[in-house]
Amino acid sequence: MSGIFTSSLGKKLLMSLAGIFLIVFLLVHMGLNLLLIIYEDPMVYNKVAHFMSSSILIKIFEIILFGGFLLHIIYALILQIQNWIARPSRYNKANYSNTSFFSKFMIHTAIITLTFLVIHMMDFYIKAKLGHASEIIVDGVVYHDFVSEVVDKFKILPFVIFYIAAFVFLGFHLMHGFQSAFKTLGMDNRKYTPVIQVLAIFYCTLVVAGYSIIPVIIYFS
Amino acid sequence: MNLNLKLKVWRQRDPNTRGKFVNYQLKNISTDSSFLEMLDVLNEELITKGEEPVIYDHDCREGICGACGLYINGRPHGPDSLITVCQLHMRKFKNGDTIVIEPWRARAFPVIRDLMVDRNAFDKLIQEGGYVSVNTGSAPDANGIPVKKEKAELSMDAAACIGCGACVAACKNASAMLFVGAKISHLTLLPQGKVEARDRVLDMVTKMDELGFGSCTNTGACEAECPKGIKLTNIARLNREYYTALV
Amino acid sequence: MVKLQSRIPEGPLAEKWSNYKSNQNLVNPANKRKLDVIVIGTGLAGAAAAASMAEMGFKVKSFCYQDSSRRAHSIAAQGGINAAKNYQNDGDSTYRLFYDTIKGGDYRSREANVYRLAEVSNDIIDQCVAQGVPFAREYGGTLDNRSFGGALVSRTFYARGQTGQQLLLGAYQALSRQVKKGNVEMYPRMEMYNLVMVDGKARGIIARDVITGKLERYSAHSVVLASGGYGNVYFLSTMAMGANVSAIWQCYKKGAIFGNPSFIQIHPTCIPVHGEDQSKLTLMSESLRNDGRIWVPKKKEDALKLQKGEIGGVDIPEEDRDYYLERRYPAFGNLVPRDVASRAAKERCDAGYGVNSTGLAVFLDFKDAIKRLGKDVIEAKYGNLFQMYEKITDDNPYKNPMMIYPAIHYNMGGMWVDYELHTTIPGLFATGESNFSDHGANRLGASALMQGLADGYFVLPYTIQNYLADEINTPRFKTDIPEFDTAEKEVQDQLEKLMDVKGTMSVDTLHKKLGKIMWEGVGMARNKEGLKKAIEEIAKLKEEFWFHVNIPGELNDLNQELQKASRLADFIELGALMARDALHREESCGGHFREEFQTGEGEALRNDKDFTYVAAWEYKGDDKEPAMHKEVLNFEYIEVKQRNYK
Repeated sequence: MSGIFTSSLGKKLLMSLAGIFLIVFLLVHMGLNLLLIIYEDPMVYNKVAHFMSSSILIKIFEIILFGGFLLHIIYALILQIQNWIARPSRYNKANYSNTSFFSKFMIHTAIITLTFLVIHMMDFYIKAKLGHASEIIVDGVVYHDFVSEVVDKFKILPFVIFYIAAFVFLGFHLMHGFQSAFKTLGMDNRKYTPVIQVLAIFYCTLVVAGYSIIPVIIYFS
Repeated sequence: MNLNLKLKVWRQRDPNTRGKFVNYQLKNISTDSSFLEMLDVLNEELITKGEEPVIYDHDCREGICGACGLYINGRPHGPDSLITVCQLHMRKFKNGDTIVIEPWRARAFPVIRDLMVDRNAFDKLIQEGGYVSVNTGSAPDANGIPVKKEKAELSMDAAACIGCGACVAACKNASAMLFVGAKISHLTLLPQGKVEARDRVLDMVTKMDELGFGSCTNTGACEAECPKGIKLTNIARLNREYYTALV
Repeated sequence: MVKLQSRIPEGPLAEKWSNYKSNQNLVNPANKRKLDVIVIGTGLAGAAAAASMAEMGFKVKSFCYQDSSRRAHSIAAQGGINAAKNYQNDGDSTYRLFYDTIKGGDYRSREANVYRLAEVSNDIIDQCVAQGVPFAREYGGTLDNRSFGGALVSRTFYARGQTGQQLLLGAYQALSRQVKKGNVEMYPRMEMYNLVMVDGKARGIIARDVITGKLERYSAHSVVLASGGYGNVYFLSTMAMGANVSAIWQCYKKGAIFGNPSFIQIHPTCIPVHGEDQSKLTLMSESLRNDGRIWVPKKKEDALKLQKGEIGGVDIPEEDRDYYLERRYPAFGNLVPRDVASRAAKERCDAGYGVNSTGLAVFLDFKDAIKRLGKDVIEAKYGNLFQMYEKITDDNPYKNPMMIYPAIHYNMGGMWVDYELHTTIPGLFATGESNFSDHGANRLGASALMQGLADGYFVLPYTIQNYLADEINTPRFKTDIPEFDTAEKEVQDQLEKLMDVKGTMSVDTLHKKLGKIMWEGVGMARNKEGLKKAIEEIAKLKEEFWFHVNIPGELNDLNQELQKASRLADFIELGALMARDALHREESCGGHFREEFQTGEGEALRNDKDFTYVAAWEYKGDDKEPAMHKEVLNFEYIEVKQRNYK
């Protein structure tokens, strides 16, 4: 059983499980975000956000979520370093094999996504945690006014471009990550792999479009 | 049609010496020649000049022993699919082409000289359990073990591996997952191999890590370059077998 | 004076092997641990023998010149392996397999050996299946069979077109298991250069480390040769590039007798030669003759157009095609034995009906089979062979008929061994293709795998005990004794001599010359004049070699040219012995076809009165003629007849 933490296959299993968990999280996060543009009333979003930051269940979930991120990142790093060591001298002529394109840039798209994540967290999450966000009082309850925070940010063009670019790179990361996770879990055969591949494209398009539409709409509204 | 070619060949004295590319010109190579016959011509010229010939492994020249393996113009076994270097023919090249020839590069496959590498790591992997433990003379009647035709065919697909190492050479992580996956598939798909399935997969994976191979990122370069068309699904089967063995 | 004792056990034919096993000496388990055996080669015979002996408890040292034991040339066998299982219910039996093998070998093999081979053939299939060899199967899960040349039953087990590979991997895996257990020490990239004899017994070898170039000494209680075939004496053959005669040649020079050296098999279905730079010939499995039909044009003018490349095979209408095998041999048709099929192809090409630019090719056509069974069925059966053909020739065999021509493929001759696979040197055994034993003057398809594995799994591990039982008191000995010094010095001197030639001709150039002499003089058809000429030319070539060979690089270093030169030196000597053997045998039998001895219809004409024996050659010194001894073959259970496949 210890093999799960020590062997390359074990590490990959944990990494891919964490990856699938994050894939699901991305959908939930996106669903919540879309409330911003679906409902005219900003308080819908603010109330949901309030619930998200006060519920004990969510607090537990938050810890799991951070755990997921950490697991995914740490194991990915360990594996990546091991993989670099496995090929100490590079080829002079690059590999021309006909292979999955996005898989070759996983570490690069990962670094971009991680950088984005840090900035994103500083902008919204940490600011709220530290109480720097503006507040709004409805029915005697104090809410963080996330909506105005978001709207303020997404009125700045470079910020919008940065966000959308980050989403696109995240999409690249997911294009390979989505189907690779299933393969690592041992799901790869003639019947299901094509379905998973279609699902991957659908999912990535959905995520990139779903996240990107918010800054676009806000910027132009 | 005969070809004039420029070759850029990796020359390296031994594992501890730094190698470098050396350029050679070759004239009048028949398109009907195999790639190794082209190298024979080069070596013949070098010998005539009193220089040392380029060292590389080759033996059967029928694409089955797995001894030959050169990284040609960015592809293991060169610019053709489902083929080993010995069966690659010069008609795949054009007159005036520059051909870059490198050895397999992986920590687990150290260069011995020039284009010859040490693939002993593959033998070590098989020694960890890539077999069915049955002593000579203790077998039941051959038809006493019925095997479903589809399973036998799938097993044969995996067993076709020739152990050339192109998968490791092609993989950006120098991973041996396709090689190990193929052996696991070959044996686990058959009832004969089921008995030892658990220990086999645990031991082979541990050894694979220990030997310094990288891990699989499902890129598929191994499958694309495998001269015997071994499928990536064998890696997924290896994963499944390993997780089942863990619990 | 050497006395050839075949040591055939008493009793009726069918009981000889069990009688032998019941009465032979065995070694008890505790003593097995104290006994070392060296095995040269890791093909089917070598790997199977090493693994089986290690399982029994002997300590085995296994050597191969390749980088891994999995690469031995048994791996290239395509079609299948015979066994008398009678799973197809077509009337097969041990006796029938025995009979077919003796007849196929043109009555020049030993009855008792062949019967034993047929007997253990079934055990081989059982063993391989248990190891996980993925043989082809029927939908019900039972094993499938196909038919091969020289037989009227379907007794060939196969794993697509890669049967040799799968069987070898089975043996390799069994060997790997013993390496892991510590019972086998594996020495890859180690080539045997000399046999060490102590008190007249084989006690060790001198091997050269291919990578460092250093000579190393290894001792053992017994040495087993499983070093394969010597077809590369012809330069172009279907053998692996590294396959060589050197291991057995050193033993021959140390006194081991060489049996029937000139018995060479020429395989009818190989891809024709393309040009001067060609290094190797590629076989197309005999199994293709199950569905493919062999033909040349009936009209000379059509043949000429084909040779000029003006038309293709498909352009010739049905009525103008000469399916010469079906015409000459209606009963066996395209499935006549290899020697017959090869000679028939040569006959047509020599008569001017060859179908490619060199005039040395015939068609192997699948048109009818594709029409009858559909392309899918043909693809499932032979897909990998068709793909290989297309990769090499750039021609699509589904559309155009394949072009094929005979090529050197296997040697029936080899180390002379008795029933126990024991050579005339005590403690030295020979197995598989390296011995002469079971195939007579011609080997049937799918029988090489059978013989290699029979020797390796089921015969040698028993018979060697009969010898080792007397060795249990011999302690392991060191290699610093004078016998090893002498043997190593012999090798050192020979290699230094080679390096010192510093001539101007490359090894391959000289090897091609030898190949040409052999193919022309000692090839598919031989005659007195040609053989005499070959002997003279080989003598000249030997001088040329020792005067002109050019070996770059260092002696004590990785040096592939030195390796090749050393092998070629032995091939040249072997070539002379082969020619001598072929010259003395004034009859035609199996693969040995003397033009002076043929029937009116051009079939081989045996001379049973004078030549029903094994020609066993004894080395007498470099400058002396070898001596020939005879092992007379007695046929008690089989009626010796003119072979008839009509």
